[in-house]
Amino acid sequence: MAVGLGPAVSAVAALLPGDRLHLQHGPIDIIARAWGDADAIERAYRAAWAAFSGLLEGLCADLTLLRRPLPAPRPHGPVARRMHDAALPFCAGAFVTPMAAVAGAVADHILAEMRAAAPLARAFVNNGGDIALHLAPGRSFRCGIVSDLASPGLDAIAAIAAEHRVRGIATSGRATKGSGGRSFSLGIADAVTVLAEDAATADVAATLVANAVDLPGHPAVHRVPACALDPDSDLGSCPVTVGLGPLAAGEIAAALDRGVVEAERFRSRGLIAAAILFLRGQRRIVGPAPLVHAA
Amino acid sequence: MTETKQSTDAPADDALAQAKDPASGIVVCDACPVLCRIRPGRTGACDRYGNLDGKLTRLDPLVIAARAGKDGMVPFLGAPWDGSILSGATAFVTGVGAGTTYPDYKPAPFIVASEMEGVDMVTVVTEGIFSYCGLKVKIDTDRFLGPECAPVRVDGEQIGHVTTAEYGSQMLSLGGVRHLTGGSKREGQVACEALLQLANKQAVEVSIDGGARVVLQAGSAPIIDGVREERMRVGCGSAAIGMFARQWCGHVDEVIVVDDHITGVLTEHQAGRFLDMRPSGVRVRGRRSTPGRYFQVANPGRGWGGTDIGDPLEIVERIDPRAAWPGLRLLMVSTTGEHASFYVLDESLLPRPAAMPAEVARVVARIGENCEPALVSILFMAGAGGSLRAGVTENPVLLTRSVHRGLTRVTSGGAPAYLWPGGGITFMVDVLAMPENSFGSVPTPALVAPIEFSLPLEDYRAMGGHLDRLRPLASVRGERRATTIAWNEANPWPLDLARP
Repeated sequence: MAVGLGPAVSAVAALLPGDRLHLQHGPIDIIARAWGDADAIERAYRAAWAAFSGLLEGLCADLTLLRRPLPAPRPHGPVARRMHDAALPFCAGAFVTPMAAVAGAVADHILAEMRAAAPLARAFVNNGGDIALHLAPGRSFRCGIVSDLASPGLDAIAAIAAEHRVRGIATSGRATKGSGGRSFSLGIADAVTVLAEDAATADVAATLVANAVDLPGHPAVHRVPACALDPDSDLGSCPVTVGLGPLAAGEIAAALDRGVVEAERFRSRGLIAAAILFLRGQRRIVGPAPLVHAA
Repeated sequence: MTETKQSTDAPADDALAQAKDPASGIVVCDACPVLCRIRPGRTGACDRYGNLDGKLTRLDPLVIAARAGKDGMVPFLGAPWDGSILSGATAFVTGVGAGTTYPDYKPAPFIVASEMEGVDMVTVVTEGIFSYCGLKVKIDTDRFLGPECAPVRVDGEQIGHVTTAEYGSQMLSLGGVRHLTGGSKREGQVACEALLQLANKQAVEVSIDGGARVVLQAGSAPIIDGVREERMRVGCGSAAIGMFARQWCGHVDEVIVVDDHITGVLTEHQAGRFLDMRPSGVRVRGRRSTPGRYFQVANPGRGWGGTDIGDPLEIVERIDPRAAWPGLRLLMVSTTGEHASFYVLDESLLPRPAAMPAEVARVVARIGENCEPALVSILFMAGAGGSLRAGVTENPVLLTRSVHRGLTRVTSGGAPAYLWPGGGITFMVDVLAMPENSFGSVPTPALVAPIEFSLPLEDYRAMGGHLDRLRPLASVRGERRATTIAWNEANPWPLDLARP
């Protein structure tokens, strides 16, 4: 269609049905909700909007640094620092850039601003599936986990109570843009969901565990260099997964086992609380049962 | 309760001009500060903008179609709207990109009031999510594509089946709820993606069990097992005899038009008898229907006239020595003129290949000239008889009745919809008459298609329409996503309503 350049996409805020706040600017798409008294909710939402205005511009100012593999100098912006700090513990022996934490770090930042503005019983900030949570003492969330966007159904439930040290949930997987996903994966997982102390950490860990769910050299895995798809990808010429042919049950299990090893490694270091890994109908759960259980 | 705030970061006006990197075809998107560099055919980080043929394109625009008014001016096409009053005579809001509302009882996204020659009109604009939908595909070819009822597959998954053969063409029925949601998850995904591509006028290769691989694309020639089909047959073999008998008479003693459906034999055929042509004694195989018309002379295939024949003499069962004579001139030709051979019987009445006389070759060429270009044509079919109607009126059956009485016109992206008689609002629309990229999909899986209901305001009020949501046409132009395309002049104007 012969369509000219549309109007500028500026940061937008709107209240959605169900007392939810929608914030959107460029690739950032956030649904947030706070619970508390009406005045507190309004103050929290105003704080979220204030924090959101100019956030993307600030991130973009640090973009060159954020796309560099760690270790690298610490950036200055508040969200960029969250990204850097979350990704740094994972960089030993692995390729990781702060961009692996971008969605989670934005969610953490908006949530922190909301909490600072008003006392809230509960809150969530869901940035495209990477979620920051707030729980006052005695409160809890039950989160449904969907492993396949093409066939939405409840595949597992994460029950998160205030006493758990979980305030972040993030999901990563093979689905790229156009098929429900937002970024590239080096692995073949349908979905890896990680529970961690904050959303930025969960985001990095989910990315790396999903990368680890893999069958190196397997002919059913179609890969192309990331830069062939996106010239500015932080993954450069790393081969990213763009297609997956049929796999035998044993191969699916072997790929998941690799991911489980990585997730257990992160858990033993105290980086994550739990992870749930999906590939072609098979599932693995890492971490204590009360946090993640089968739906 | 919706409040909207906007920040003020506007893009540079001339950024698009500088944005292209001519070497790689990369376009820089300046819609937000990320400034994504987007390779051809890919989208930016937000998935809202893409590089479409080197142009930065909003991928989910609300499409308004505009045509020239009596003064010959097209309102706001390619330029910002100048603030003048928009008229229903020149601008039509299509459902392309309109979005949907859910749950269904909410009013449709756009209920637009306009004025058309003094009559207040309403267009209810929405996008339907259709699980009950499919494509009816007509492929102009005589070649054998596969047996009736054979599964049609993409990537091994069945997305439809071969249905009836029609005149000079083979029909496929693709999609439908049983493939979209009734089979395996992968079957539904593959079917939905294939339907989406075909409905958006893209090419899809299908394979037919026990038959051919066919590349389908609306408005293009079918490509059957790698061979582009150029012509649609001029008619069946019998029809070809009837059309050209007089032109052959005197230049040739017998003509056999090879056709998988009805093979024609000139001197036996009524057309040859009428011209007093002498019976040649050349007998063909198959089952005689009426004089000079034979069914099943061979098996279906990709050879002469949709048969599996490569050497046309294979269908000659015998040559009757009591009727035939040495020197008899025999032409064998297919229904498109693509295949033709000329023979002369020798002293023992065996056909010997011979040079085709110019007069005969001219008639063979004329068969080809009279064939229309072979095309794939695709109709989208869907049922809007369900809950979608509640977005139009509080009393949905009144919409159905109004549509069937012709008071409400149904269009899809502005293209006229053929309405099936009977219950519900089940319609068909030619995807070629619709704007580019009119269709979307959802993971259900289901197709998303634009649908517009246009009717006079007084009728809309009478059916219990959502009058409180009525907005003037001019206000739609202010939508941030609104984009304007030229009206397809082949389509009737949806607001020209015939009063019953």
